[in-house]
Amino acid sequence: MASMRDIKRRRSSIQSTQQITKAMKLVSTVKLQKARSRAEAANPYFNYMYHTVSSMLSKSGNQNHPYLTGGNSSKKAVVVITSNRGLAGGYNSNVVKLITGSSFAKEDLEIYAVGGKGVEALSRRGYHIAMDASTIIDAPTYMDAVVLCEKVLKAFENGEIGEIYLAYTHFKNTVSQEAKLMKLLPVEIEPEEDAADSNVLMNYEPNEEEALNLIIPKYVTSLFYGAMVEAVASENGARMQAMDSATSNAEDLISDLSLKYNRARQGSITQELTEIIAGANAIS
Amino acid sequence: MAEGNNLFTVEIITPDRVFYKGEANMIEFNTLDGEIGVYKHHIPLTTVLKPGVVKIHEVEGQKAAAVHAGFAEILDEKVTLLAELAEWPDEIDIARAEAARARAEERIAAKAENTDLARAELALRRALTRINASGYK
Repeated sequence: MASMRDIKRRRSSIQSTQQITKAMKLVSTVKLQKARSRAEAANPYFNYMYHTVSSMLSKSGNQNHPYLTGGNSSKKAVVVITSNRGLAGGYNSNVVKLITGSSFAKEDLEIYAVGGKGVEALSRRGYHIAMDASTIIDAPTYMDAVVLCEKVLKAFENGEIGEIYLAYTHFKNTVSQEAKLMKLLPVEIEPEEDAADSNVLMNYEPNEEEALNLIIPKYVTSLFYGAMVEAVASENGARMQAMDSATSNAEDLISDLSLKYNRARQGSITQELTEIIAGANAIS
Repeated sequence: MAEGNNLFTVEIITPDRVFYKGEANMIEFNTLDGEIGVYKHHIPLTTVLKPGVVKIHEVEGQKAAAVHAGFAEILDEKVTLLAELAEWPDEIDIARAEAARARAEERIAAKAENTDLARAELALRRALTRINASGYK
């Protein structure tokens, strides 16, 4: 059996770890609430944008636009949204796994990374990082999304890439987040449209093609922004859960060690007593 | 048009909030093709916005806001503005807008070789919109 001192030292070290994980859990709970309300505030804009673009595309006869048919290049851009900090359970590795586990050839991918953990993991596995915009995930704003979108779309227009994907973590609720890989360009039309206004003959100004040209980038930007704010919420949700289970694990270990410590203490007292009695018997 | 109910729904949505939602008689805003005013039962139209002042004519009076970039979807009884950025007059920092205007004008006047003229002009237009809108307090 380990000595009393060893057990005591081990227990106090676990106790201080537990204090840290507990504090981290509290911090991420607060951050989660903030991030979640931001993500929810972004929802109406995003939903309306999606609705407009899908109804626009389902009615438009103009199917030759590059945004709809894709570029000629076989290269694919993936915008990977992860976090800059670890200790968030499987949050980052789930996103990375989406890419390593996908059917894309490694040579065909250009990674536009948002989040330091994604950069580290993917460059170590030999993926080409076209851009590292990790600083923006700390506090994503709409302007950040605009800048990112401009860069990616420029590469698309120059023919460097033919398709654009987005990998991020969808925030379902506080306890469940899901890593998602989404195709952004070419835009895929979903034939849902059952809304009342689906029969309206929409007019476009200046004209349909021009409107597509201007609105699709806004659509992509809104997707980037939505994904970033959701990813921040997911990150904090994942971290909160990870830290919660770490704290309860520490609790288990501590109670286990306390039991062992008390047994060792009792054992040593018993041993001391037997020695004293034996000594006394020997003298008399 | 029948007397009485000439009201239609107006929504202005930005990425971080629902900026405005209400009923209006008329709404005016600035598009790529110029300023337009929309009443109820307008033909369905999707148009791209230019930085400008949006005026919402409600029953009790007029409201104005600065809107930068985005697009508008006009339906029979509903107008939705998806704006990348929108501000009420009292949210505008007039000193900052003036400074931005001076900076942009300087850049356009200097015509240095590496200036992005389109960008400077956009910045100027944004600043002017803000200054304009803040006059509607």
